[in-house]
Amino acid sequence: MEFLQQLMQQLINGIVQGSIYALIALGYTMVYGVLRLINFAHGDVFMVGAYAGFYTAAVFSISQPSIGALILVMTSSMIAAALLGTIIERFAYRPVRKFSRLTSLITAIGVSLLLEYSAQFFFGATPKSFPTVLKVQTITLFNNITISNDSILIIVVSIFLMIVLNLIVFKTKLGKAMRAVSFNLDVAKLMGINTDFIISFTFALGSALAAAAGVLYSIHFIKIDPLMGLLTGLKAFVAAVLGGIGNITGAVLGGLLLGIAETMVSGYISSSYKDVFAFMILIVILLVKPAGLLGSATQEKV
Amino acid sequence: MNTFLRIAAWFGASIVVVTILESILKSLKNYQIMGSDIITDYGLSIIGLIGVSISLAVSLQLINGYTGQFSLGHAGFMAIGGYVSAFISKTFLTGQASGKGFIATLFIYIIALIAGAIASAIAGLIVGIPSLRLKGDYLAIVTLGFGEIIRLVIETLDVVGGPRGYIGIPKFPVWKWLSVGGFEGTFSSLSWIFLFAILTIIIIHNIVNSSFGRSLIAIRENEIAAEAMGIDTAFYKVSAFTISAALAGFAGGLYAHLYAQLVPSTFNFVKSVEIIIMIVFGGMGSITGAVLGAVVLTGLPEWLRIMAGLRADWMPNWLATGFSYLPDLRMIIYSSLLIITMLVRPQGILGGYEFSLSRILGKSKKNQAPATSKEEKKS
Repeated sequence: MEFLQQLMQQLINGIVQGSIYALIALGYTMVYGVLRLINFAHGDVFMVGAYAGFYTAAVFSISQPSIGALILVMTSSMIAAALLGTIIERFAYRPVRKFSRLTSLITAIGVSLLLEYSAQFFFGATPKSFPTVLKVQTITLFNNITISNDSILIIVVSIFLMIVLNLIVFKTKLGKAMRAVSFNLDVAKLMGINTDFIISFTFALGSALAAAAGVLYSIHFIKIDPLMGLLTGLKAFVAAVLGGIGNITGAVLGGLLLGIAETMVSGYISSSYKDVFAFMILIVILLVKPAGLLGSATQEKV
Repeated sequence: MNTFLRIAAWFGASIVVVTILESILKSLKNYQIMGSDIITDYGLSIIGLIGVSISLAVSLQLINGYTGQFSLGHAGFMAIGGYVSAFISKTFLTGQASGKGFIATLFIYIIALIAGAIASAIAGLIVGIPSLRLKGDYLAIVTLGFGEIIRLVIETLDVVGGPRGYIGIPKFPVWKWLSVGGFEGTFSSLSWIFLFAILTIIIIHNIVNSSFGRSLIAIRENEIAAEAMGIDTAFYKVSAFTISAALAGFAGGLYAHLYAQLVPSTFNFVKSVEIIIMIVFGGMGSITGAVLGAVVLTGLPEWLRIMAGLRADWMPNWLATGFSYLPDLRMIIYSSLLIITMLVRPQGILGGYEFSLSRILGKSKKNQAPATSKEEKKS
């Protein structure tokens, strides 16, 4: 019984961690879908989202936890990140789109470093503690398994955002255009789709999700710093690859699996191996099934 | 002239030049111009770091510039070489094992550095194998993963200090060959480092201008066509990784003995990106470009510090204040430079251009390496 209880507890922690990965992974996977670009800067958009939340709370001098404050912080940081995402796309990625994919990749790395070090310069390199917008309580479920209400918030908000995203992608005209662009950019253009707008929109959408993840992460872990997006971003990318990059359901599945695997490793083996484990998963997946769990393999044309 | 003899002559000449340069630089430490030091110990260590960067950038050029693969894990190879060689030299040269004769010390150093290079080469071989299955950005992400795994594993090893770092690594032995008045002729860290930088350049230059190198370039230009022409692409790709990793490992060993300490967090993803920036900035597929990138970008913090000190009277206040912030903006300038290079000149400052002494002297040279590919077609 002891063992089962511990397992359940780890599973819950894993789902919480995995939901954050899944939200970030969605941005990676959507951008890869439309542009075939690994957007290295995405992890840093997540960081900027957390800081946007931090400064919103400071500007409105939020000191008491309330639902209104939570919604305000969340929406303003999502809007800020969406703007940042479109700006990055417009001024860094669009001009290099006509060059090779490697050029885009190097540009993305450049943008990532620029965001990190600009944040260090403007926000300060020392970690800041995120204001309490939610009064943390621990709720005991059955069998002494506990869950805090911020964990519940993370899971609920993630599910809500994923449903919204699903509706946008599969039920609206905009979503149809997005799917068309990711299927074939040139043909989509011939069909009269404003591809530049769709790509901008995709960046905005992905960045907003990353910012939501940033705020949720900060509520849960409290400490935020300019380099928080580096490792979290990389691992979210691992999650996207795990599920099959370009596949939205895959990103969610990959995120959850990675989160659960990581908490299991740190719970049962050692927490110093959890990052090693994440990268091992990446390498094994790429070598064994490069298309990911849900992705479809593409044949190389000669 | 016989190629081997020519290389040996070049290398012999390099030993002499490098030693004399080091001696002059070190002697300059005793002199001052207008009350300020010409060069400090700190300045000397930066020059050493530039030498290490040249080796790293030129060796990475073999994978990224000539074979057309994209490796993002060069710092990992450097870390393996650094830690292995530091471990050997610390074990055999410090504590109870100290007090060996000069020849024995020198021998242990060389063994340690070579062992580091071999360990790195093995890692390169292991990383090179995925390159057979993966291409482009997927390969980049796997090499990145390997680099991070190497660093994270080192952090868990207590034998080499874990995350706190490995300290007490012996520095290079000093060989004094002349002492006249204030001038002291020495052969030490800077000579070791620059000699190896020259060796790396010679090795890569000769590889590129051999049939082996031509096969690598063929793979870069069009892998399928290269395979159709009978080139064993698997062998060449893995070889490129192995050679490049061995050179990076050796450079890592030199780095470890230059600073006498190693911290695992130095070898993170950002360090790999710094080396990439050097070759991208200088020009993919150009040894001259890699050297240029290494010199300019490794020295960048120092150039910025010098600029920050230049506050002339004519400057308006805002500009002077801006200048004083320059050293803090180092990484921002780094990354902006990378983005701007990609936007306006994706092939780098020099593109595929190579500096050639014989061209300058007016001799014709037939076997020049072909310039970098025109931008590959968008897939």
